[in-house]
Amino acid sequence: MGNAKLWGLKKSPWVFHLAAAPCNNCDIEILDLIAPRWDVERFGIVLIGSPRHADALLVTGVINRKTLPRVLRVYEQTPKPCLVIAIGACACSPNIFTPSYNVVGPYDKHMPVDVYIPGCPPKPETMIMGIIKALKRL
Amino acid sequence: MRRIVPIGPYHPLQEEPEFFKLIVEGEKVVDLEINIGYNHRGHEFISQTLTWDQVSFLVERICGICSDSHPYAYVLAVEDIVHITAPPRAQYIRTIIGELERIHSHYLWLGLAGHFIGYNTVWMWVWRYREPLLDLFELIMGNRNHYAINKIGGARRDILPEDYPKIEKYLDLLEKKNTMFTNAILDDPVIRARLENVGVLTKEDAIAYAVTGPTARGSGYACDVRKDDPYDAYDKVDWNMVVFPEGDVLAKAKVRLIECHESIKIVRQCLKDMPDGPIETRVDEIPPGEGIGRHEAPRGEVFHYVRSDGSNMPVRHKVRAPSYMNIASNVVAVRGYSIADAALVLAAVDPCYCCTERTFVYENGKKKYSGQDLLRLSWKKTEDIKRRYKK
Repeated sequence: MGNAKLWGLKKSPWVFHLAAAPCNNCDIEILDLIAPRWDVERFGIVLIGSPRHADALLVTGVINRKTLPRVLRVYEQTPKPCLVIAIGACACSPNIFTPSYNVVGPYDKHMPVDVYIPGCPPKPETMIMGIIKALKRL
Repeated sequence: MRRIVPIGPYHPLQEEPEFFKLIVEGEKVVDLEINIGYNHRGHEFISQTLTWDQVSFLVERICGICSDSHPYAYVLAVEDIVHITAPPRAQYIRTIIGELERIHSHYLWLGLAGHFIGYNTVWMWVWRYREPLLDLFELIMGNRNHYAINKIGGARRDILPEDYPKIEKYLDLLEKKNTMFTNAILDDPVIRARLENVGVLTKEDAIAYAVTGPTARGSGYACDVRKDDPYDAYDKVDWNMVVFPEGDVLAKAKVRLIECHESIKIVRQCLKDMPDGPIETRVDEIPPGEGIGRHEAPRGEVFHYVRSDGSNMPVRHKVRAPSYMNIASNVVAVRGYSIADAALVLAAVDPCYCCTERTFVYENGKKKYSGQDLLRLSWKKTEDIKRRYKK
């Protein structure tokens, strides 16, 4: 059963986009992925509306005190195994937001992260490469 | 019977997590409660721990869509403290980037508005012609977003003369396509039926809620920092403020489309008149004092207040972004319209949105609609109108 799920995941990963406290830039670049130039739907990567259907979470932005419980709840709702792909410098490490009183750290402090895609924002090509790398690891 | 439709904090209209509570009676929206603060990262506090030059990189990360506007207003505020102005060439460079960013932001809105009413063709076409613009940004400034062109006392990078033809070539393409989009959207009876007389914000309400930018200009209230309080090259070029009196979603769309034409006009004139010379005035020290900076971002007026005590970092930095007032006006704009229109009306002020659908309608504690259903309701309404027009 586990193998069947992995096999299905590799063929057409459904991704859910989770933005904790982002600046929108990574999020727009994610939407750019489904716009005509990159069009990741030809690889079977589909953006979906519910974490319960997600094979992978695309996480962006830093986590703050108000969003932390909600982010954890979304992660709990995803069926496992679920890939977590941290997109952008904020999701990989809090960097510029380190002095802030409201930021509670990067994603890997709160949930297992499979792939880190640094960049502010990473280019869409880099994001595709990150997703492919995550799938190859399975 | 009254029901509550919570939208968010992760919901179809915004990328930033925000929480709207629609109170509905049957199909009709009777009230709206807004709860923000999910995106609070403490920028104003962090700004006080960084040096003057570092802050311009920080304020860029407030919003990725208008990532030129915040540093622009910030450097204007600091230049106000020091009592200097940027050299003429730097002023023209900043104006060009500010206007190109306006085009990119308005196109982004137009595409997503198309998506919300079920016209994914509009989305894909518009975003296709947004891509070459991002390539131009990469060519001039080395990054597709977060350009870091503004620096205290001038511009960080020069626009090279060999890049002028590339920019002009793109503007030619864009002018043609923008005309095509304007005609396509204004001629389509279905789009007109979906947008016309929906989400009307009257001029009185616009003033009462202190809205700015295209939201105010679409309600017939003429306010634009570029005209009211010109800075940099805006008083040296010839352009018109776009105002429509209707106040509905169509008027806001028209304002944005025609503003793109005006932006093309401004960039063309700037490229033609751009003087030679240095791009930076050297600033050695920030004296004690306070300064304000205002810039007309794609969504409205961005206001920055900075206070200095003569040290190497600001002691107080206050930011007011346009969406803060614009979102509040949703309370009156959405009242009385159907749930199918709500997604569009909430998006019409152009808050920064995305497509993570996580909305639920609760009826006596039982889940009824999800975010996908809300979009589907909106798409179904468009389909119904289409069918009516075919008959």
